[in-house]
Amino acid sequence: MNQQELQSLRDLIGKHKRYDWLFGILGILSLMVGILTFLALFVDMAIEGLGRIDAEFLSSFPSRRASEAGILSAWVGSLLVMFVTAVAAVPLGVAAGVYLEEYAPKNWITDIIEINVTNLAGVPSIIYGLLALGLFVYTFGLGQSIITAGLTLALLILPVVIVATRESIRAIPQMVREGAYGCGATTWQVVRDHIVPYSSAGIMTGVIIGMARAIGETAPIITIGALTFIAFLPNAPFTGEPPAGPFDWLFSPFTVMPIQMFNWTSRPEAAFLENAAAAGFILVFMTLLMNGAAIWLRYRMRKSIKW
Amino acid sequence: MQVTRLFAAMSLALAGVAVSGAAAAQTYVKIDGSSTVFPVTEAVAEDFQKSKKGAVRVTVGISGTGGGFKKFCRGETDISNASRPIAKKEMDACKEAGIEYIELPVAYDALTVVINPKNDFVKQLSVAELKAMWEPAAQGKVTSWKQINPAFPDKPLKLFGPGADSGTFDYFTEAVTGKSKSSRGDFTASEDDNVLVQGVSRDINALGFFGFAYYEENHGKLKAVPIVNEKGQAVLPSNDNVINGSYSPLARPIFVYVNAKAAERPEIKEFVEYYMTHGSKLAKEVKYVPLPAKAYSHNMEQFKAMKKGTKFGGENKVGLTIEELMKLEAK
Repeated sequence: MNQQELQSLRDLIGKHKRYDWLFGILGILSLMVGILTFLALFVDMAIEGLGRIDAEFLSSFPSRRASEAGILSAWVGSLLVMFVTAVAAVPLGVAAGVYLEEYAPKNWITDIIEINVTNLAGVPSIIYGLLALGLFVYTFGLGQSIITAGLTLALLILPVVIVATRESIRAIPQMVREGAYGCGATTWQVVRDHIVPYSSAGIMTGVIIGMARAIGETAPIITIGALTFIAFLPNAPFTGEPPAGPFDWLFSPFTVMPIQMFNWTSRPEAAFLENAAAAGFILVFMTLLMNGAAIWLRYRMRKSIKW
Repeated sequence: MQVTRLFAAMSLALAGVAVSGAAAAQTYVKIDGSSTVFPVTEAVAEDFQKSKKGAVRVTVGISGTGGGFKKFCRGETDISNASRPIAKKEMDACKEAGIEYIELPVAYDALTVVINPKNDFVKQLSVAELKAMWEPAAQGKVTSWKQINPAFPDKPLKLFGPGADSGTFDYFTEAVTGKSKSSRGDFTASEDDNVLVQGVSRDINALGFFGFAYYEENHGKLKAVPIVNEKGQAVLPSNDNVINGSYSPLARPIFVYVNAKAAERPEIKEFVEYYMTHGSKLAKEVKYVPLPAKAYSHNMEQFKAMKKGTKFGGENKVGLTIEELMKLEAK
């Protein structure tokens, strides 16, 4: 190879490296659009609301006086609703996903179900609210309660959980199944001992995404009739009027953080806007905390997989 | 299919929980309805609950006047907040469900017409001028202040108002154009009154309307327009002018409706009595115009005597003074 050819080769590589570098910049810029938008909103909210956040804000009920108003009923409501959502959506979603991947025969009915599940993820959330109003509130008589809200949001995130479950099940190497079946395991044994444990990290990711969406939802919760002013907490298990059961709190009226924020932003007094910003900050913080916990769990689960 | 199986499994699970949970009963006062009445009822609920040390639980929702009546006539709520009297359709729905109610006016709200503080040519407006601005026929045609009054300059007319779902919009259109919901469509509408405040405070040629409280909190950013009443006086919205009846026709009463059957329960009775005793002070605190003391005691008598029904016969009456309101008899 002579000097000239070598030079032109170097030029070519240099040119391609420039493209490489250019794409890197483009990628960073794209990333920045999302991150900076979020940061700008977050910092703006923090500047306006941080001064309002103290123990009293977290432990007071809403009030007509902005300086006395707090978010106790809202954050407790959000937390309880999220808990019901997770308890309902995770088993249902995982079971549906496992069935579709491991059990369902590959025929047109399964195809239709698959398409439907994917489409469900795109249904506007208010539709879920309307469905829940008819089904949970009136048909099942659950009322405008925490359990209704939790189940509504569970339906909302169900498609996300199902799709995530299926994706992570597909990522398990086929040889794991073949090995297990080769040893004479039944489908249930394969699912229980291999498929679900190995895919749990991916499932967690899906659940995180779903829950993060659900905690900020307002439309379906308003549709089923969440309240705006509520200055008491649901009964802790066994503490209400006799005969108090362990699940009384499920049927309690409630409010959630986004509704409280929305109410404050539409007040005439400017001081309520500060409260709304503070509540927004706490809501983002709650989401981060929830995501953090899930990521830590996922990390623990990944470590325990041995193959 | 998968979905039906999911539902079947879930309904089974739910049925189990529902049976175990239905037994527990707390004393609740359930209130829902208009967002305009919300601040007053919220203030009462807050203090009432404190005075009862949590023995009675009060919940207040915001579904709008119409949405509130829907729930009320299904028997889901004990008290309904309403920024207008109950309508004919709602009366029928309640009657069908066997729900009777006691109608109690709790305060006045003065719809306030506002302009930008830098606007120096509008000194007052008559209902006829407001009509020329807002009537449906004005859509696309009345675009300049000069068309409203030849004395005004030829500047673009920018209108801001609440959305068509609000009771405020219903009342304003009825008072100004003579027919509820009859308005031009080409104005900036928002369900959030703070958006309207922003809009008018940023545009020197703007005009908007909303409840008095939003004007009170934004004095520096807005200027209220005196409205010419039937006697020909131009009157600014204020507590006194609403009470003496001179701010007309844009002052309107706001109500609570109490389910007559629920009113027999001690906690509801106590709540309503608390409302009538402390309503005046609390309404003032949240920037509404309280009724005179005798109106609240009149209400109390009506409530104790369980005077059922509406005094409006399913129609909204525009420009009703407090005196006239008290003289109305339930039909």
